[in-house]
Amino acid sequence: MVAALANWRRQPEKRSGFRKSFPGLFKQHGVIERCEDEYMLHLAAEFSRFKNLMVLWAMHPWERDARLAHHVLHQAHPAAIVVEVACTRSAEELLGARKAYMALFHHSLEEDVAYRAKDKPYCSLLVGLVSAYRYEGPKVSDDTAKAEAKALGAAVKSAGGGKLVENEEVVRILTTRSKPHLVQTFKYYKELHGKYIEEDLGSEEALREAVQCLATPERYFSQVMAAALREGADHHGKEALARVAVTRSDVDMDGIRAAYQEQFGAKLEDAVAGSAHGHFKDALVSLIVGK
Amino acid sequence: QKRAIHSFTPRPVSRSHIARTASDPRQAPVPDGDAQGPLQRPGPRRRLRQPPQGLPRYAHSPLSPPRASAVWRGAARSSDLSGFFSVCLSGWGTNEALIISILGHRDAAQRRAIRKHYADTYGEELLRSITDEISGDFERAVILWTLDPAERDAVLANETAKKWHPGNPVLVEIACARGSKQLFAARQAYHDRFKRSLEEDVAAHVTGDFRKLLVPLVSSHRYEGPEVNTRLAHSEAKLLHEKIEHKAYGDDEVIRILTTRSKAQLLATFNNYNDTFGHPITKDLKADPKDEFLKTLRAVIRCFTCPDRYFEKVARLAIAGNGTDENSLTRVITTRAEVDLKLIKEAYQKRNSVPLEKAVAGDTSGDYESMLLALLGKE
Repeated sequence: MVAALANWRRQPEKRSGFRKSFPGLFKQHGVIERCEDEYMLHLAAEFSRFKNLMVLWAMHPWERDARLAHHVLHQAHPAAIVVEVACTRSAEELLGARKAYMALFHHSLEEDVAYRAKDKPYCSLLVGLVSAYRYEGPKVSDDTAKAEAKALGAAVKSAGGGKLVENEEVVRILTTRSKPHLVQTFKYYKELHGKYIEEDLGSEEALREAVQCLATPERYFSQVMAAALREGADHHGKEALARVAVTRSDVDMDGIRAAYQEQFGAKLEDAVAGSAHGHFKDALVSLIVGK
Repeated sequence: QKRAIHSFTPRPVSRSHIARTASDPRQAPVPDGDAQGPLQRPGPRRRLRQPPQGLPRYAHSPLSPPRASAVWRGAARSSDLSGFFSVCLSGWGTNEALIISILGHRDAAQRRAIRKHYADTYGEELLRSITDEISGDFERAVILWTLDPAERDAVLANETAKKWHPGNPVLVEIACARGSKQLFAARQAYHDRFKRSLEEDVAAHVTGDFRKLLVPLVSSHRYEGPEVNTRLAHSEAKLLHEKIEHKAYGDDEVIRILTTRSKAQLLATFNNYNDTFGHPITKDLKADPKDEFLKTLRAVIRCFTCPDRYFEKVARLAIAGNGTDENSLTRVITTRAEVDLKLIKEAYQKRNSVPLEKAVAGDTSGDYESMLLALLGKE
């Protein structure tokens, strides 16, 4: 395109030919070819998606997470993104994001989360997840894991589909224990009760997302990607494509591709290529596939 | 009476959980050139009076100005540590006065340098050697003082969480009377030392409304800046007043405000409360003198608004009456010695018409008393 700017100097007929041969953008309107408003919006959206992707990619991960969280909190998006950021980042990254949030927005992250989620049932869960500084080592106490698996089972039974997300024991276990410990606890849960804990948490969105993000982040992200690529995905769903590609490309994108392959039987990069266009598509695919 | 130290060192077999640092001490053999046997080394008193050749004389005074220069480090290695060599390995008994005069007059960076040099040179943790020689309240005071502030908070928090009872104020003090960075450093030190997170242990051992308050309190990472939203301060003051009127002390909103708002915002809220309703918020929280939760809430608020008066009260209650609460007294003096002990002393003098040093001297004795007085006189 840029080369054409120079080559077609003082040759309006070349430009006119370009307009005539681009029926998507230009429609004949009397004597001149006129731009289609819809296509212009479509172009703007595509370019801005690309711009957002590049900017998001270039930012420091801490600032990226802080801006994501702020955007979500102040636009009343679903809490899922905050849960995702809080649970899938390592303890140091989460701390860095909280510090970046303080530097950018002059409030602490837990302050804003607590304020926005004030009346929601998942408020204490969310604040706890966001303020956690989990132990990162591999040491796990089997006895505690077994005891907590029992406690979780008891909580699920007693809640009976009700407010499990407000149950103090459940919130305590999910928001303070280290990730290896939680993986072990969920394993014991399956042994004790025969079902995976995600199934038992059926209707509680926030809890289920938290459990998935903590124990099996790759499956969670592959599900998010699939939802974004499906027909009729809304705006938030589509944003997820860029967000997941950028934030996970350094971390566990290979695991996510493997999980996607396992769950949906197709390659993630093919699905993305089928759904996005132009530079945005190329950028996404290169983030997903890498070298 | 003196409390047994067992509560502080639950595993008598190894005291490593107090004395060890995050990094393993390197097993350095005692350098042969330097070492003279205990019998040949000059006694500590002579050492103190005659500075070794080539070192500036100031490095020897117990009140030497804190300087992290190589010269000082040389002094630490030669004079202080030789002091320790004779103290701990001489087999002629321990010179507590030397321990006090060396450790009691050093700031955090110097103490850390001493520990590191000791570990490098002798292959053993300084604190472990010390705990083998001394005991009781004196040992606890020396250990708490010598640890880094972050490790100190972590050790205190671990001890408190394990034997927590309603009304125990230590966790509140750690969470509220420290800045965001220090609280966070304490959490990191907790990870390194105990292989679990602080909030994990607090949540596992604390129950009920206290857990709802204490877990977010220790996990908070408050905004440290001066920005305040006055309208928000006013609305939250009204909200707090309403909840207190209905005796909903453990309400989610009360906890949310106290555990997430920044210090500046909270001070504005409490001032606003005073302006709007004519009396400070702590007055409204005195409805039931036996309610431990109210006491905890008051402690939170006072640690934010007037930490020196809060700690003055802790010290006063520890000293007053028959017997002394050594644990509380040690905690106040060792944790605030590098922070605002001067203000606490002034507050104590104002409230009790007696200097804190005099009260401590009157109520404690022996090496423990000397250690506390050395820390009190450090300013």
